[in-house]
Amino acid sequence: MCTTCGCGDGETRIEGEDPHGHEHEHLHADGTRHVHSHSHDGGDSHHHAHAHGHGHAYMPAHSHAPGMAKGRMVQIEQDILAKNNAYARQNREQFAKRGIFALNLVSSPGSGKTTLLVKTIEALAGRQPVAVIEGDQQTSNDAERIRATGAPAIQINTGKGCHLDAHMVGHALEKLALADASLLMIENVGNLVCPASFDLGEAHKVVILSVTEGEDKPIKYPDMFAAASLMLLNKCDLLPYLAFDVDSAIAHARRVNPGIEVIRTSSTSGEGMAEWLAWIARGAAAARG
Amino acid sequence: MHEMSIAEGVLQLIEEAASRDGFTHVRTIWVEIGRLSGVEPEALAFCFDAVTRGSIAEGAAFEIVAVPGRGLCYECGRETELEAVYDACRHCGAVPVQVTGGTEMRVKELEVD
Ligand SMILES: Nc1nc2c(ncn2[C@@H]2O[C@H](COP(=O)(O)OP(=O)(O)OP(=O)(O)O)[C@@H](O)[C@H]2O)c(=O)[nH]1
Ligand SMILES: [Mg+2]
Ligand SMILES: [Zn+2]
Repeated sequence: MCTTCGCGDGETRIEGEDPHGHEHEHLHADGTRHVHSHSHDGGDSHHHAHAHGHGHAYMPAHSHAPGMAKGRMVQIEQDILAKNNAYARQNREQFAKRGIFALNLVSSPGSGKTTLLVKTIEALAGRQPVAVIEGDQQTSNDAERIRATGAPAIQINTGKGCHLDAHMVGHALEKLALADASLLMIENVGNLVCPASFDLGEAHKVVILSVTEGEDKPIKYPDMFAAASLMLLNKCDLLPYLAFDVDSAIAHARRVNPGIEVIRTSSTSGEGMAEWLAWIARGAAAARG
Repeated sequence: MHEMSIAEGVLQLIEEAASRDGFTHVRTIWVEIGRLSGVEPEALAFCFDAVTRGSIAEGAAFEIVAVPGRGLCYECGRETELEAVYDACRHCGAVPVQVTGGTEMRVKELEVD
């Protein structure tokens, strides 16, 4: 149980926290061992909508097995993401009160997020306070790379979890030396699917697509590109060596999200850095109000 | 697999309802999953089974009510069904279409004892 707010946190670990302080209410220590052991795979594919094979066919809502008294119906009508969204709202209120410009950086693994963050922090040194929350399944390597620049950073390890959620970020914020009017960059777990559904309280999602990944990524993973305000087309220094079609990549992104802004960047050559920094400066000024 | 966290969210809603309402066992749960919600219904059912072991919802039948994706065409102004967020309007072929439904993930109701 999370002692601050009473929520279960799975196997998430936030740097500097007692690892036993966040045991999960439902999963317990053996939670992840709970791989489906009874028969999903008995050839009865119609059971796919059931949590497990009861051996009865699909029953329309409100029906019940013959010969069995019907149970009592309880109306719920609640959004499953409501919890996360409530935490996201709290984070967003904190950001607004403190003039913080928060970005949620999402991408496939290895698109160059941490390298870009380091370059961004170096470029902003002395001009704009910056802090970073790093999400990875394991290791604090990325947070250490950020701290080497002198900026405060905190690592969240999600264990088997494939995305950050607003609750984890709220806890990381308690541990992070975040100055008012900071730029807060949250590097999400490398994954183009799951982080799309979880609002962290950020001002914008920024999706990083490196040119080695193929120009059709935006339509293969449309939810992420639909959720982002800005796409950084990264590692553009490699374009001379690739058959990557920049216009087609941008067209795919705009098909999913007509309003998405695009900046071509490279941490290696510095291409697009000025434009990216100007985009940040506009958002940070707006956040300071 | 964010279906695991979604399933945990479902269980949390069930447990909150149980402490409000006093039931001790869940027989069936109806969950509305939109076509455009980004959740894979089969994966969610599988995860629900895993996270509810040892809980009041262990063994509950997990009924998914699929909600189709819906959009409003900017071009011709008509309603159109969407399989994906970037689909073209079925009537006039225009893209993009404004998404108006099918992104929901809701726990609707429970059959309990
Ligand atoms: N050519 C080129 N390589 C880059 C660039 N940016 C990063 N890389 C390389 O890409 C690899 C991954 O970079 P990271 O910054 O660790 O990527 P990441 O997105 O943070 O990776 P994860 O956190 O593991 O998902 C490293 O070998 C970098 O040196 C770039 O602009 N151009
Ligand atoms: Mg990284
Ligand atoms: Zn139309």
